Amino acid sequence: MTSMLPKVEVEKQAQARSPFQDGFKSFRKNKIAVIGTIIVAFFVFLAVFGPWIAPQGVNEQNFKLKLLSPSASHWFGTDDFGRDIFSRVILGARLSLAVGFFSVIISIIVGSILGIIAGYYGRWVDTIISRIFDIILAFPSILLAIAIVTVLGPSLRNALIAIAIVNVPNFGRLIRSKVLSIKEEEYITAAKAIGMKDSRILFTHVLPNSMTPIIVQGTLAIATAIIEAAALGFLGLGARAPDPEWGKMLSDARIYLVNAPWTMIFPGLAIMLTVLGFNLMGDGLRDAFDPKMKS
Amino acid sequence: MAEPLLKVNGLKKYFPIKSGFFGRTTGSVKAVNDVSFEIYEGQTLGIVGESGCGKSTTGRAIMRLLEPTDGEVIFEGKSITKMTSSEMRKARRDIQMVFQDPYASLNPRHNVQKILEEPLKVHNIGTPEERKEKVAKLLEIVGLSSYHASRYPHQFSGGQRQRIGIARALMTNPKLIIADEPVSALDVSIQAQVLNLMSDLQDELKLTYIFIAHDLGVVRHISDRVAVMYLGKIVEIADSEMLYENPMHPYTQALLTAVPVPDPDFVRKESLIKGDIPSPANPPTGCAFHTRCPYKMDICSQQTPEIVEYEIGHSVACHLHSDRNNDNKD
Repeated sequence: MTSMLPKVEVEKQAQARSPFQDGFKSFRKNKIAVIGTIIVAFFVFLAVFGPWIAPQGVNEQNFKLKLLSPSASHWFGTDDFGRDIFSRVILGARLSLAVGFFSVIISIIVGSILGIIAGYYGRWVDTIISRIFDIILAFPSILLAIAIVTVLGPSLRNALIAIAIVNVPNFGRLIRSKVLSIKEEEYITAAKAIGMKDSRILFTHVLPNSMTPIIVQGTLAIATAIIEAAALGFLGLGARAPDPEWGKMLSDARIYLVNAPWTMIFPGLAIMLTVLGFNLMGDGLRDAFDPKMKS
Repeated sequence: MAEPLLKVNGLKKYFPIKSGFFGRTTGSVKAVNDVSFEIYEGQTLGIVGESGCGKSTTGRAIMRLLEPTDGEVIFEGKSITKMTSSEMRKARRDIQMVFQDPYASLNPRHNVQKILEEPLKVHNIGTPEERKEKVAKLLEIVGLSSYHASRYPHQFSGGQRQRIGIARALMTNPKLIIADEPVSALDVSIQAQVLNLMSDLQDELKLTYIFIAHDLGVVRHISDRVAVMYLGKIVEIADSEMLYENPMHPYTQALLTAVPVPDPDFVRKESLIKGDIPSPANPPTGCAFHTRCPYKMDICSQQTPEIVEYEIGHSVACHLHSDRNNDNKD
């Protein structure tokens, strides 16, 4: 009998843990994912508090100090206008992360709506939406983004919109396939049997159950979006002249590659680290949440 | 006798077979082909048959989770099949369903409280406090505890989950419960518990069940009447005792020899039927069972036998007995 007592105790302790909480727990155990999260958190911190951290303003020029190599007063050196690269990299975090976050959020919203409509209602609606996705996916993404920016006019905001459009089909397809599989689940039939309306089923059952892959895919997509924004900036189609956007900084620095490599190395490192951070975090999220929801 | 609670008349559900690039309909699977029966209040009708015989489809077509191709379902004197979809949603308050797979029929992201509250919310019943009370009460009724309400489905065993599924079906005080193989996914020991729970609930709450199963042994335990289905048709329907004492259709006889006997020395007769169930997309002509029937006659492959009542409450669709009947008449 005594052996029964602790067992009951354990049972009581096993209080309500949602599958989400379970997933979060295994995410925290994944060291690499935690490192990724720390990197991301670091850059988010820079993006938010950048203006207070950066030792100099973005456009404080000093031609006497141009193209100085890294030193105690200018940790990352200075560029061809004598601007402090350390400060510009810090302040650039805001631009890159903003493009990453907002373009992905737009893609997720638009993609989810289209994907849910296609997946849940099926038939010709599905055919039309899926074919549009196929058409968008037929173009190499950066090429399509360039085309869109060319039409809209080069600016960081338009680069953001272009990247968002390019990513819509990825999310749309993901949600569509998820909705298709969830639609066949018995708890959806059960909800119908209860007398629930389709729209309510979508919002209480289908959407919440498709959220995890979106979060995972979204995190990974932020990384890609940051690279694409940098690429557009590098090509002169993203951020305009004085903005400290990392891609734009790389492009401005390329003529000094030999004489002043630090003008290129540090913005490049910043891009690489941010992307790495998001990728590690995204992989960790996928490992924790996606490999089949705990049943 | 009083009016039946549920009357099913010539229910049909055909699934189109689409093929080719343009998805043209090239044929149809006759999953449910002309099924009729009636159930009186407080009774249990068991529906048995092999996988793919259309028993689950029948259950779903009655609730219009699958739109019937043809036929009529009359519940409490009202035709369900003629209702608009919003009327139908309201009617579902009185007809609820228990599902086969307790692992799939509960949303893994919702806790038990939310799962059980849902039917009440959908039909706008009670205040939040009343709903909470009702959830706690029903959890106790199905043999769980009220503190389970905050837990998630993955923290329960299969039998416990099935109890939650049953509690959900009971939330709106329905009159009819369609149980679609509610115990097939459970261990035998748990099966008995759940079956007992279901029959206790029936006595207490005056429920009417349609109990779908592939196991005659399970159905016997709970049913007042049993219908045996084969390839979308009812081949025999009778009061439970009559059917088990005197199975008339060769298919029913074969199914009964397959029921396990709790005696290790029991030597089973070799099964009467061989082979697999034919494809419902292309069912055999005449009597659908003639390809596997040990008593096959010439007429069987040519003429479809009508379902005829041979004694009160015992109907069979088989030429063997139509002959016998004719002989008797002569």
